Amino acid sequence: MRWGRRAEAATAASAATLPRTAIELRDVAHFYGDRPVLTDVSLTLTERRIGVIGGNGSGKSTFARLLNGLVVPSTGTVLVDGLNTRTQGREVRRRVGFVFQDPDAQIVHPTVEEDLAFGPHNQGLPAEETARRVDEMLVRYGLAGHRDHPAHLLSGGQKQLLAIAGVLVMQPQRIVFDEPTTLLDLANTRRVSRVIDALEQDAVVVTHHLDLLDGFDRVLVFEDGRVVADGPPAETVPWYAARMS
Amino acid sequence: MQSLYVPGTTHVHRAPAGVKLAVLALLGLALFATARLVVVAAAFVLVLAAGLLWARLPRRALLSQVRPVWIWLVALFGFHLLVTGPLVGAVAVLRLLTLVIAAAVVTATTRVTALVAVIEWLTSPLRVFGVRPGRIGLVIAMTLRFIPLVADRAARIREAQAARGADRVRPAMVVPLLVQVLRMATTVGEALDARGAGDVTARRPGRRAAVDSVRTT
Amino acid sequence: MKTKDLAYIALFAAIVAVLGLLPPVPVPGIPVPITAQTLGVMLAGSVLGARRGGLALLAFLAVVAVGLPVLSGGRGGLGVFVGPSAGYLYSWPIAAFVIGLLTQLFWRRYNLAWALVANLIGGLLVIYAIGIPFTSLYADIPLWTSFTGAFAFIPGDVVKAVAASLVAVAVHKAYPVIDLPTRRATAG
Repeated sequence: MRWGRRAEAATAASAATLPRTAIELRDVAHFYGDRPVLTDVSLTLTERRIGVIGGNGSGKSTFARLLNGLVVPSTGTVLVDGLNTRTQGREVRRRVGFVFQDPDAQIVHPTVEEDLAFGPHNQGLPAEETARRVDEMLVRYGLAGHRDHPAHLLSGGQKQLLAIAGVLVMQPQRIVFDEPTTLLDLANTRRVSRVIDALEQDAVVVTHHLDLLDGFDRVLVFEDGRVVADGPPAETVPWYAARMS
Repeated sequence: MQSLYVPGTTHVHRAPAGVKLAVLALLGLALFATARLVVVAAAFVLVLAAGLLWARLPRRALLSQVRPVWIWLVALFGFHLLVTGPLVGAVAVLRLLTLVIAAAVVTATTRVTALVAVIEWLTSPLRVFGVRPGRIGLVIAMTLRFIPLVADRAARIREAQAARGADRVRPAMVVPLLVQVLRMATTVGEALDARGAGDVTARRPGRRAAVDSVRTT
Repeated sequence: MKTKDLAYIALFAAIVAVLGLLPPVPVPGIPVPITAQTLGVMLAGSVLGARRGGLALLAFLAVVAVGLPVLSGGRGGLGVFVGPSAGYLYSWPIAAFVIGLLTQLFWRRYNLAWALVANLIGGLLVIYAIGIPFTSLYADIPLWTSFTGAFAFIPGDVVKAVAASLVAVAVHKAYPVIDLPTRRATAG
């Protein structure tokens, strides 16, 4: 509720007052069947903007899913502010939101407003608080005119904004984005990029769009289930681009 | 696709959905308990009046529901005329017609969300078997959401196959569609978890919007 | 039941609904046209198994009941549950459950032949065993008359059972959702 009141006060709040999250991965490995997808990952994530890049099948999607407990590691532990994703999944999911590549996979209710209310309802928030947050999101993401519209009729860009709003409305402290712009055109990619930049929350962004990572604090490069480079984007992004060419 | 709800503010519209459904159920029982033409005919007139005069529904809202069973009713009457007699035939036909119209009146005067709420309420005794009524509402909402989505993906796959020279629907075309939507449903399952659907408390939802229009364009 | 299963259930309810949007094939002399929707019943049972398949069809009926015109020919609402062919509707969740049960039973040696056995028993036998007596009781006509009325649908239903079996076997190879030993989606 601490930041519920804050959001009411102003949308232009500074990021400094939001609680920060620290995610720690200790000796994490993950297998699908016998096939290893992540091996020997030990990291501590505290930066505000963290990018994750790597080829298809490099393990970055699985890595993203580890961060909010959607996937629990086969071996090792993932701690979010000290909470173990294996045993405290519910608290972890309250802190870390997740935006999927395909908004169609994330929008579960037929109309825009109902879908926005879904997360807060699951959190057990009172109806008035839910309604207030939903209204705020509708306005902030230019969806107010689409309140009762079927989500199906939104454009691809609007759907992705709805998907992001559907996570933000739950007021997590960090948001993990799994290739949020892969299905979007250039204009909408820029729009989503601006939305991510403007977030008060910490963010982890898995992407193939290297432009998205401008101004990020840290970028991880994945290859064959391992982190092969880790540092500021000015170093890692050119290194990755050179390696791929 | 539009739901069959016809917006309005009459007493019939405003009556609680549960009451309307209970009346419909009782009517069904009563109609089958009697074989007297007078009673059935009276019920028919009453139901028709409730729909057209009291609820002020347009005639086509009721007609559209009767049309699919129309030929059936004629065939049924013809059969009884030959085998049992016109009286039994008239009762059988009128009974059916009355029920179908009564159901159409309830459907046309009750919002989708209100009916979903009744379903949740009706299934709440199943809690003892571990059923969570809130999940039933969620599944219904997701179904409404998936209908246009599946129709869309089906159209896209048909296009892709037509572009490669296939002109008829064959089982082989359905397979990629099913795999695609199953994969999507798997991700939806993850998204439900990510948005806390597995953490639902026992509270009632603060749902407001109606889902009366699910269009497939 | 996991949350993922809720998504599968809703998905197949939607698939049955979309099959109802396909134009029905009218059969001369019979009041009910042949529809593709029983194909959805067979697929739900074959792909999802007994529990989830049966629940998918219950969800579909719920969507029909709350007023979506998703039964073939644009029918929907509560009226269809009191019509003379309502027995067929009621039989669908049971049919999907039976098909799913048989599919799980045959799982280790599942192939086209076993799929066909499951779909013919569940998709024809169960549906007719419920639908025919219902019509006869409901409309006060002899069982035999009701049976001969249904007879014209059998060839179409056999074709659907074959189609459903072909699809089911292929889907099980490509993306099995019954008896999933480990998580296999979305690596990368």
